Amino acid sequence: MVKAKHKVDVLEKCPTGIRGLDEITKGGLPRGRPTLICGSAGSGKTLLAMEFLMRGTMDYGEPGVFMTFEETSEDLAKNFISLGFDLNEMMSRGLIATDHVYIARSEVEETGDYDLEGLFIRLGSAIDSIGAKRVVLDTIEALFSGLSNAAILRAELRRLFHWLKERGMTAIVTGESGDKTLTRYGLEEYVADCVILLDFRIEEQISTRRLRIVKYRGSSHGSDEYPFLIDEKGLSILPITSLGLDYPVSTERISTGVPKLDAMLDGKGFYRGSTILVSGTAGTGKTSLSATFADAACLRGERCLYFAFEESPRQIIRNMGSIGMDLARWVKKGLLKFHAARPSLYGLEMHLVTFHKVIEEFKPEVFIVDPISNLINAGTASEVKSILTRLIDYLKMKKISVFLTDLTHFGGSLERTSEEISSLIDTWLLLRDIELNGERNRGLYILKSRGMDHSNQIQEFLLTNQGIGLIDIYTGSGEVVTGSARAAQEAEEKASELTRQHDVDRRLREQERKRKALEAKIAALRAEFDAESEELHLMAEEERKRQAVLAGDRLEMAHLRKGEPSAVRRSARKRNGKGD
Amino acid sequence: MKAVSPGKGKKAKTDSTEEIWNLRLYVAGQTQKSITAFANLKKICEEHLAGKYRIEVIDLLKNPQLAKGDQIIAIPTLVRKLPEPLKKIIGDLANTERVLVGLDIRPVSG
Repeated sequence: MVKAKHKVDVLEKCPTGIRGLDEITKGGLPRGRPTLICGSAGSGKTLLAMEFLMRGTMDYGEPGVFMTFEETSEDLAKNFISLGFDLNEMMSRGLIATDHVYIARSEVEETGDYDLEGLFIRLGSAIDSIGAKRVVLDTIEALFSGLSNAAILRAELRRLFHWLKERGMTAIVTGESGDKTLTRYGLEEYVADCVILLDFRIEEQISTRRLRIVKYRGSSHGSDEYPFLIDEKGLSILPITSLGLDYPVSTERISTGVPKLDAMLDGKGFYRGSTILVSGTAGTGKTSLSATFADAACLRGERCLYFAFEESPRQIIRNMGSIGMDLARWVKKGLLKFHAARPSLYGLEMHLVTFHKVIEEFKPEVFIVDPISNLINAGTASEVKSILTRLIDYLKMKKISVFLTDLTHFGGSLERTSEEISSLIDTWLLLRDIELNGERNRGLYILKSRGMDHSNQIQEFLLTNQGIGLIDIYTGSGEVVTGSARAAQEAEEKASELTRQHDVDRRLREQERKRKALEAKIAALRAEFDAESEELHLMAEEERKRQAVLAGDRLEMAHLRKGEPSAVRRSARKRNGKGD
Repeated sequence: MKAVSPGKGKKAKTDSTEEIWNLRLYVAGQTQKSITAFANLKKICEEHLAGKYRIEVIDLLKNPQLAKGDQIIAIPTLVRKLPEPLKKIIGDLANTERVLVGLDIRPVSG
């Protein structure tokens, strides 16, 4: 009958409200059916069940009954408080009812036939008292140790689950893991709709909690093992699996915080939402570069989440102060959030769950991990790759720019990281030491940068009290020169440049002088010429005057010879043309 | 809820070893098991505790809230309230031997 119903109806789901679980189960637990949560002692079964009830009442308005077989209601209330829920208040408001079922074999004698109607009545009256929609039975297996007649018990459990279904209760039944079966007493046999396994493993003294959906009849679900975290706010499950490669991309560019580096990256900086890796050995300026990027993000008014695995936030703020960066103001403004933890605090997956949780809460635009290498060392290469793929896919989905730093080892290949995460990285900057002439200097170059025309140059990377500076490396005469050698080389070049300049100047001056001499000569010649022509002119004038005088004399002589009035003679001579 | 209490020997302090056996039988409606259990109990009490017992039958269908107090899970359940300590016997009480062991009657009666 149940099977037939599956085919007809679309399975209705009951959201748990637990972070991540609804995503993995694609909507929640099967509504109106029991779900088995199994796991070893301390794996978080009770907590998950509690949160299911609490979220049900608070977020979905569905009251719930918590039937406990192990803890008293008082203990339960204490446990709830540790999750931030006030059970007693919930009970007084009629949102949650609890019932502690206690059974000890030593106190009970069994004679003949019986059934568990008492349990049904108790559960029924609890459900009716608050109009419950959700039920938790934690851990019903205790009955097996309290009662010896397993045949009756099994028949009654079958009846109980059937009864819960009939009443439309969305139930969580918890069970301890058995050796070879999911639960010690084979509860999975009865609860066949949805089974969730909680696991608690310790590897290299680091514990990791994991959750897996063993089966979910009538629904698709994530099938991986998902790490989860228990903290003061309840459970957080990391729902991310490999999300595939269909995330949105942005053509928007964001500044690296170093103008020269922007220039190297096509003049515009990184793509928003891309994954940036900075590798380098110790002391090459990775943290400074990430802090600069954070500073730039905050300057744009974006939120930046900074995971520090090596230094405390205060130390980072102090140290960045020495290169002229005031990060404290961003922290105060709430734009920059540091999250510092020792990598050894917990396992790789737990760190990832933490990332996920803090990202969900803070909603940053820029996410920095400094450095990621410590995490890489926490797992095997394949683990690291799968985990980082999941993280990066998730961040890309959210268009968060990721800035990772990677501490490479002395002597090891600088590109050591490549095997593990190279393919995930969009822009890869390499910081390296350049040792020359008894000096160690920092160099920066772009190993790769997808989708942009980036510079192929090695730049000298300087940390000054005004921040990060990049200087073109001297590459004359076929060798790379940095630091003071570069300075010396530059000075030398400047000197020879100066000499050449002087030479040119001198030649120019000489030319000028020549030109001036020439002009002077020309002027002299012209003056001579002018003088000559003046003289000539004077001579001509004199001559003309002399001619005039001569003519006058002749007229005078003629006058004297003929005694004619001079006026008549002059006109008569004019009329005749040539008188003489 | 009905109480069966033969008057004989009640509050009798004449015999130092004698005391009132206060027994409670939890049932859920008039089922075959409940009826059998009550009949069996009555018989045993008459045989071994004649005159110094009291049986209270509680029907949980009528008073479901009473199930919590005595931690009743199985039906029928017989609870020995007095003498102390509290004892519980579940089932239809078909096995007289076990009932006697469970109620700790044997040493008293013989």
